[in-house]
Amino acid sequence: MQHTMKRFDEEMVELKEHVLSMGGLVERAIGHAVRAMLEQNEKLAIKTIERDRAINALEVQCDEMTRDILVRRQPAAGDLRFILAIIKVVTDLERIGDLAASIAKGMIQSEESPPRNFSNLDTMGEKVQKQVQRALDAFSRGDADLAMTVIQKDVKIDKLYKRMYRELLTYMMEDPRSISGSIILSDAAKNLERISAHATNIAEMVIYMEYGHDIRHVDHDDAAKILAGDDS
Amino acid sequence: MTSSKNISIRDLKLWYKDAQALHGIDLEIAHNKVTAFIGPSGCGKSTLLRCLNRMNDRIPNCRIDGNILIDDKNIYDADIDVVQLRARVGMVFQKPNPFPKTIYENVAYAPRIHGIVNDGPKMDELVEYSLTRAGLWNEVKDKLQEPGTALSGGQQQRLCIARTIAVKPEIILMDEPCSALDPIATAKIEELIDELKKEFTIIIVTHSMQQAARVSDNTAFFYLGKLIEFGETRDIFTKPKEQQTEDYITGRFG
Amino acid sequence: MSHSMEYNKRLHRRHRADRRFKYYGMAAIAFALAFLAFFFVDIIGKAMPAFQQAYIQVPISYNAKIKDNYNKAITRNYRYLVSRSYLRSLPKKLVEHPELLGTTEQTWVLASYRVDQYIKGHDGHGLKKKYRPHVDEMFANDKIELRFNTLFFTHGDSKMAETAGVLAAAVGSILVLLITMAVAVPIGVMTAIYLEEFAPDNRFTQAIEVNINNLAAIPSILYGLLGLAVFINIVGVPRSSALAGGLTLALMTLPVIIITTRAALRSIPDNIRDAAYGLGASNLQTVWHHVLPLAFPGILTGSIIGLAQAMGETAPLLIVGMMAYIPEAPSGIFDATTVLPAQIYTWSSESIRAFEERTAAGIIVLLTVLLSLNALAVWLRNRTQKTW
Repeated sequence: MQHTMKRFDEEMVELKEHVLSMGGLVERAIGHAVRAMLEQNEKLAIKTIERDRAINALEVQCDEMTRDILVRRQPAAGDLRFILAIIKVVTDLERIGDLAASIAKGMIQSEESPPRNFSNLDTMGEKVQKQVQRALDAFSRGDADLAMTVIQKDVKIDKLYKRMYRELLTYMMEDPRSISGSIILSDAAKNLERISAHATNIAEMVIYMEYGHDIRHVDHDDAAKILAGDDS
Repeated sequence: MTSSKNISIRDLKLWYKDAQALHGIDLEIAHNKVTAFIGPSGCGKSTLLRCLNRMNDRIPNCRIDGNILIDDKNIYDADIDVVQLRARVGMVFQKPNPFPKTIYENVAYAPRIHGIVNDGPKMDELVEYSLTRAGLWNEVKDKLQEPGTALSGGQQQRLCIARTIAVKPEIILMDEPCSALDPIATAKIEELIDELKKEFTIIIVTHSMQQAARVSDNTAFFYLGKLIEFGETRDIFTKPKEQQTEDYITGRFG
Repeated sequence: MSHSMEYNKRLHRRHRADRRFKYYGMAAIAFALAFLAFFFVDIIGKAMPAFQQAYIQVPISYNAKIKDNYNKAITRNYRYLVSRSYLRSLPKKLVEHPELLGTTEQTWVLASYRVDQYIKGHDGHGLKKKYRPHVDEMFANDKIELRFNTLFFTHGDSKMAETAGVLAAAVGSILVLLITMAVAVPIGVMTAIYLEEFAPDNRFTQAIEVNINNLAAIPSILYGLLGLAVFINIVGVPRSSALAGGLTLALMTLPVIIITTRAALRSIPDNIRDAAYGLGASNLQTVWHHVLPLAFPGILTGSIIGLAQAMGETAPLLIVGMMAYIPEAPSGIFDATTVLPAQIYTWSSESIRAFEERTAAGIIVLLTVLLSLNALAVWLRNRTQKTW
């Protein structure tokens, strides 16, 4: 149902659109950063870093809009949870943008000694990008099931990162010349793992937004149980 | 959790002539807590409030069915004296309505008619105590013999609260006590409510959801004479269970 | 914003209509004021002479013949000029003062109404032509003078215009009013309090309310018939007594007092009652401690207005026999009594010219009393009014 105050609805829609377009930029930044690394494309890396400014600007805009709604509309219940979720989601998206920029910066540093083997970075990049995409979809549609999927899949990303880290460690021990390249690569993987963690945060806020249950720092199985019972 | 000190409303139905205003309300109101009744105009929240001290008795053609238990005793039983009931269940009204008498007389009136205290030093003490509890003593101690109607709106309302607590009721009913007051006077009343709940069970009807959120521990939402949802205020205002409650408190009604 | 010519024209018309309406109102008030002014000028103009009375200096000889014929105290040419009421009192005076027998004195005595009217220059004075030069001469020699008419306030009615006064009627009015007040105010106020604060709102009380409103509207003369039937014929109250009149007027005033008292009670905001009931006051305590003190000014005003109306009432008193000729002020509530309006009516139907100015003077007295009562009502209301 619509708010009696129609402007309130418009403001909420506008705010959501802003967050989603910020999400779109972030998603693309991840893809570009990973591709720049894999292809050793400096130009693309620089472009990615520059684009992070746009993401930061959008964050400021979103914050202004949420502030405005809090002051003027004093949202309650579902509206309140939506606004609270957005405050968190926007911060997560901004952090993801920063992490993507970090990956691009790592590529520029690695130019002198490019990694010889990119290990599973391409797979991991794809999967993390997918996580972010799913989290944003869940947010956009208010889809708690999809959000739950994101939370569950985060474990796999963690495992992927650990495996890749061990692999890179082996390379470094085998060939000390590859150390600087491997470190950069491991940093990039670490950043991707962090991105996935932020995507998980977003998914958790989606669940809070939908049901009002706070499942952060709760065991995933417990979280599933809470949601199934819909009773805290 | 039915402690005897709670107010239990059991299947309460009320009709004005042929129009049913309350449709079987069941509600358990906790002792020494602030309970807010919210809902759109005509939802029955004020009507229910007025059932609790039987002010509805004054309305012709008003018929009531069901029980309201206070201390495990139905206040609609034949052997309940309304006069006595209203000393136990005080009421503060929407518009500040001090008597056109002195401030002192306003407070001393109820204790006198109920024979709680006789005039004299004991009464002076009680008047001072009640005005202090209502947070008004420092403002009026030098003008107790001036008319209560000369005070500002907020002070008048606090005088009405002082007048009510002078008979030491168990329960205080407040029917939109701040709707005629400015925000500062409202804040003072809200602070007072917070203070008084240590001693009294307070039930407040309000049209301001922010006010309900600010002052109450529990909130009951009424719509069309039915209790739609009752729960902790924190939950009602962040994650109501019923769609109607959600729609009402987020401003999606009508 | 730009306004079309049409809009401006309309605006002008609207302002003109406003002004026109104001002028109509002022004209209506001016019209009413003109009537009032005319009434006062006319009445006061007619009444003023009545507050003065002619006195004449004549020789009185106290001789033995007076006992049988008081006319013998005075020579024939003066006899006609002196008030007969004075001559009538002479035999009695002689009995009280026997030492006066055989003496003659020049003394100021009340002139007859004919001389009085002639001196004041009124038409229809009735003074015979042959006396006129004599009277003119006496007036020129200061043997006749106009003095302030104290008799008008110290005497009752009389067949002789020069000694007719309002005292008996005024005392009668006060007695009647006291009885009306003592009966109508308590009964009326109690009835109103019961109906307004205690009685349930049902068909029966609604019927009572409608009937009270109707009673206030029926012609007052019917109350006279009711009073005659109930108080005089059944109860046996003496005819034309203050009691009969007072009770009859009480009947008439009752609905007015009930209605005004109810209005006064109804004007007390309900939140005062809420406050009292909310604190656990009983019905009686709520009414007695809170509602009545606030309604008191209104009740007072209503009662005084009702009584003032009763005071000016004539028709019902006519029926209970208070239009009689009463020369003496009543000494009790069972005595035959008349009242001011009845007195005015009696005088106005007299044919002698001298009564005309007394009628006007009587009206002035009545109006003064009524306006004083109204002023009292306003004063009391302002004094006792409380704000809430």
